[in-house]
Amino acid sequence: MVSHKQAIKEGIRDGIPIALGYFAVSFSLGVAARNAGLSAFQGFLVSLLNNASAGEYAGFTVIAANAAYFEIFLMTLIANARYLLMSCSLSQKFSPDTPLIHRLLIGYDVTDELFGITIARPGFLDPFYSYGAFMVAIPGWSIGTALGVIAGNALPARIVSALSVALFGMFLAIIIPPSKQNKVVCAFVLISFACSFAAAKLPRISDLSGGTRTIILTVILAGLAAFFFPVEEEQEVRDDA
Amino acid sequence: MTHNIYIYIAIMAATSYAIRVLPLTLIRKQIKSKFLRSFLYYVPYVTLAVMTFPAIMDATQSPIAGLAALLVGIVAAWIGAGLFPVSILCCLVVFVLEFFLV
Repeated sequence: MVSHKQAIKEGIRDGIPIALGYFAVSFSLGVAARNAGLSAFQGFLVSLLNNASAGEYAGFTVIAANAAYFEIFLMTLIANARYLLMSCSLSQKFSPDTPLIHRLLIGYDVTDELFGITIARPGFLDPFYSYGAFMVAIPGWSIGTALGVIAGNALPARIVSALSVALFGMFLAIIIPPSKQNKVVCAFVLISFACSFAAAKLPRISDLSGGTRTIILTVILAGLAAFFFPVEEEQEVRDDA
Repeated sequence: MTHNIYIYIAIMAATSYAIRVLPLTLIRKQIKSKFLRSFLYYVPYVTLAVMTFPAIMDATQSPIAGLAALLVGIVAAWIGAGLFPVSILCCLVVFVLEFFLV
């Protein structure tokens, strides 16, 4: 059992690559915010309160179009719907006696990346691990957006390009080690790559947003995996260890 | 009619937060259904894999550099490198390759 202090330290450590990646992504998001007519403070506020790349981008397009309030609600809901799945999954990572306050705080920043590092932790989640990661990730994200509004395209494209794969590298570090130990996970990671590639190329399906495709594929593929290869409880424990 | 940007922001923020916090607060117990448990066990791996490829090829200036970062990242993670080393390695692969590719 690691102490909370140790958990915060590990959270900060794992949050640094996330913050770097966030900075690059949110910087380009800030450019989109500026084009939609937002000030640096407003861009900062959106990122601070939403912590969602696709959802924010979708929101900026709605704001730029001066569309109805209901539309921004609907866009945010659809673009962020995958977080609903992640939070359901994450709810199982909490010890049942975790106080409400931790659930309310962790729910503030469930993102692809932070969700990823959280489920990679063994056993029940120590909320302080997440808080450590939040401490670096949230400033990286919100300040990056504000700087994007201010500085526009000042950062060289080469740097942005290199930084933008940091997030994907992290995803790989999360999904590959379990694939090595569990053949079913390995198979479904490969199937996911293939289906995702196909979905991005096929007519009609490729017209759907990336977030929507992610939701559809996740429900179908994880459903198939669960149906044909149900997980034994001991297996979950062993994978966690 | 012109809409207030701060109302837009408030609606976005409330929606994003509700989506995330409702499952965390409403699902307080360990789920009993074996199917649901298994489904939620597989969700992260499938969803992260779906989001990684082919998106990594669109994130970089040169799709080949993105693909190379993917392959190097997989190998590095397979032989046991952690989050930070894999991330940095992927960035370096893109940074170096794009000197030749872009």
